[in-house]
Amino acid sequence: MGNRVAIAGVGLTKFGELWDKSLRDITLEAGMYAIFDAGIKGSEIDAVTIGNMSAGRFTGQEHLGALAVDQGGLGTIPAYSVEAACASGGAAVRHAYMAIKSGEHDAILVLGSEKMSDVNQSQAMDTVSVASDWEWEGLFGATFPALYAFMARRHMLEYGTTEEQLSLVTVKNHANAANNPWAQFQRPVPLEIVMNSGLIADPIRVLHSSPISDGAAGLIMCTEEKAKELTDIPVYIEASTQASDTLALHDREDITTMAAVKKSSREALQKAGLTINDIDVFEVHDSFTIGEIIITEDIGITEKGNGGRIVEEGLTALDGKFPVNPSGGLKARGHPIGATGVAQIAELVLQLRGDAEKRQVDGAETAMAVNIGGTGATSIVHILRR
Amino acid sequence: MGEQGVAHVWRKLRAIYNIEGNHCKTCDSYFFPPRLVCPNCRRKGQLEEHHFKGLGKVHTFAIVRQAPEGFKRQVPYIVAQVELDEGVRLTAQIVNCDPEDVEIGMRVRACFRKITEYGERGIIVYGYKFEPVLKVTGHPYP
Ligand SMILES: [Zn+2]
Repeated sequence: MGNRVAIAGVGLTKFGELWDKSLRDITLEAGMYAIFDAGIKGSEIDAVTIGNMSAGRFTGQEHLGALAVDQGGLGTIPAYSVEAACASGGAAVRHAYMAIKSGEHDAILVLGSEKMSDVNQSQAMDTVSVASDWEWEGLFGATFPALYAFMARRHMLEYGTTEEQLSLVTVKNHANAANNPWAQFQRPVPLEIVMNSGLIADPIRVLHSSPISDGAAGLIMCTEEKAKELTDIPVYIEASTQASDTLALHDREDITTMAAVKKSSREALQKAGLTINDIDVFEVHDSFTIGEIIITEDIGITEKGNGGRIVEEGLTALDGKFPVNPSGGLKARGHPIGATGVAQIAELVLQLRGDAEKRQVDGAETAMAVNIGGTGATSIVHILRR
Repeated sequence: MGEQGVAHVWRKLRAIYNIEGNHCKTCDSYFFPPRLVCPNCRRKGQLEEHHFKGLGKVHTFAIVRQAPEGFKRQVPYIVAQVELDEGVRLTAQIVNCDPEDVEIGMRVRACFRKITEYGERGIIVYGYKFEPVLKVTGHPYP
């Protein structure tokens, strides 16, 4: 082997509205935790990648790669800042994967970070809109929730998906987050409350939608050789894939499916030599609950149109056959945009090591993360194995 | 330097005032908003301007109740994907229609309206919205 890419350490900040912490505080915190967890020396780290969507608009600060190296005291090592809207975190992981795979770097600190609560609600909404086709969707009044409402309404019409099913995803993910000390919302929420929460873009309600969050996540990614020096339980990245689709939702033939998710997940399974039935635990992109329903269909957990029903049946619950979002997902763990893709991997590493405590999926050995940007214009899939 | 939004809107005036996109003579596809390259044919594509009729039907929609600054005063409003008769879809607001009355498949036609404004003293953006074909409002689309 020798050419495998491993994850030797993970770190997270608590997600939430962190009034007392700045962008640089949370970025540093997640990085330090990842470094401590891996037991790696600063001098052994030879690069940093950082995923962030819009620090310039959310906080007025860009150039986060250099910021992270500086704040961490990592000297002169190179740092790469990557952006792919809500998939920025996944993109940072994938860039590190490619850099290690190519032999260019041996040990990389991977970060994902977003500080969203320094601006007010409407500024935050404006900034989130740039993940879609701002000129031709946002400028004509389509908010980000409205674009997901477009998908939800077609899914309801074509496949009979119900408002109750959209809401049951929230109930499931909040139940999982209740056992996640890093999550923004660590409490269960009953179906009735979700179904009666305020409408923001009918049929999408506030409790079908991920919150505005601050937070950061970090990983130490390295060669297999290095990982074996550092830890007895390295987790390996068996596949890293990425695909693109049209920026605007209105340019897609079918808006009840995400073609980029289909393509990247199939390629990932093929590269890993696995089928969907071999995957023990999933973290998927539920920025809106309809997103989880569509993605579970597109990765092949169930056939097209059935994504709502499997939630009712408990198939994606923590003790179901295909546990999805044990961390609480974007909905309940929180969605600091650039941090999300890295946090998904951090959760899965904890699951595969058996360190996920009360939200542990028993005996999990393989895992899949699906991180998307915008309304599915970017999809990044990772498959991990213990 | 430009006043915020001025150059940006001016560059797109023909597209957003007249629903002008393009048609590829090589593959006979229509595009709106206009593209610089035909994504089907790339360098073999032959794009020509095309003025869309502005008639179509609602493909999907949402009722926006929480909006950013430029749209706050309009909530609740209907925003939709409209499938034009030429086969392309675009995103636009539906007006002259109560939120309870809009439905998928409803026939609509373009009308010329104020879309948004750039802040209190910024420019006002005009362009297409859509209305049910059965309503006559006296502001036909050019
Ligand atoms: Zn063509």
